[in-house]
Amino acid sequence: MPQIDQMFEIWSSQLFWLLITFGFVFFVIGRGMVPKVMDTVGMRDKQIADDLAAAQAARDAADEAEEAWRQRENANREAAQEVVGKAKAKAQKSTETKLAKVQASIDTQMEEAEARIEASRAEAAAEIEAVATEAAQDIAQRLAGVKATKTAAKSAVKDVMNRG
Amino acid sequence: MAATEAKVDPMKQFLVEPLLGQDWNIAGYNIAFTNSALWMTITAVLLFVFMLGGMKRELVPGRWQMTVESFTGFIDDMLDANVGKEGRKYVPYIFSLFMFILFANLLGLMPFGIVGVHPFTFTSHFTVTGIFAIMSFAIVLIVGFWKHGLHFFSLFVPSGTPLPMVFVIAPIEFVSFLFRPFSLALRLFVAMMAGHILLKVLSGFVIDGWSAGAGYGVLVGVPSFILMIGISALEILVAGIQAYVFALLSSLYINDAEHLH
Repeated sequence: MPQIDQMFEIWSSQLFWLLITFGFVFFVIGRGMVPKVMDTVGMRDKQIADDLAAAQAARDAADEAEEAWRQRENANREAAQEVVGKAKAKAQKSTETKLAKVQASIDTQMEEAEARIEASRAEAAAEIEAVATEAAQDIAQRLAGVKATKTAAKSAVKDVMNRG
Repeated sequence: MAATEAKVDPMKQFLVEPLLGQDWNIAGYNIAFTNSALWMTITAVLLFVFMLGGMKRELVPGRWQMTVESFTGFIDDMLDANVGKEGRKYVPYIFSLFMFILFANLLGLMPFGIVGVHPFTFTSHFTVTGIFAIMSFAIVLIVGFWKHGLHFFSLFVPSGTPLPMVFVIAPIEFVSFLFRPFSLALRLFVAMMAGHILLKVLSGFVIDGWSAGAGYGVLVGVPSFILMIGISALEILVAGIQAYVFALLSSLYINDAEHLH
């Protein structure tokens, strides 16, 4: 096995050249190039993270704007509803007043009409009384030949009518 | 048939041969530029070229940049999961370790032999994996004693141990702790070596089988070749897994040093 047979004659050369080559690899590549490569990766990762953060911020802002818009929209809708409600209430009120007025005039007319009817009835009743008195006088004269006075006839008629 | 018998030595691929400066010395120690050192250099250069693709630093990455970033992200996630946020400062070391071993393992499997270039898998040498293990272990010791001082020794007493058991458990924990660098180094070295030997042995079967005649070729050579294809796929998997295991265990040991238990 040359590894053992040659050990004593080659170990110094192996050590020397390995230290030189591995020293080159460690100091030039390991210490010089690797950190730069890793920096590049780190920078890229940072850039990606920043971009993502910016996108997230933009998204949040958009969400906020939408929320604000929604609130404004809701407020507008409420205001509109209020206006509509007010108008409705006003219309209702005016309708009610008008109706009340009309109702009142109808009531007065009704009352007047009733009063008129009552008056007419009273008049008619009085007329009936007068007619009945005259008729009673007439009947009494013709049947019994009694000349009843107007007053007596009247009280008799009244008596009968009251008794119904 | 002896004349046509293939000379496939499964161990020859691990032979370290000096290419330049056989007599270069530092304080009496030889530092010849060997085939092992050549493939370490190729691995480092290739890894550098690969990483250049990740340096475009575009906001929207291309495929290459994406690949590099997925590797750094993989190590970052692993350390984050195993060590926590303190694990970040070990990303350069664990990343270098993982990628260097991964590229070395994969390069050693490449069929460059077709064009006459023989790849050398330096991770199949414990002189190399041992140095990796010692580095990881040294980091664990330094970080542990730096952060916790002598309190670091409480690592050997798992929390909730009854007092009489401490005297039994502490030595066991201590020994298992000391074995960590060895297991770390041997695991990678053995896994890489075994696969390469197996492939070489099977390739020897294929060559010897066909040399012995068409009958042996069909009987031995063809099944061996099919097995080689399967094992090559398995070895690619092992190359990745062993690099991952080395990096994972290193990060787990670092976690021990950072947080004790």
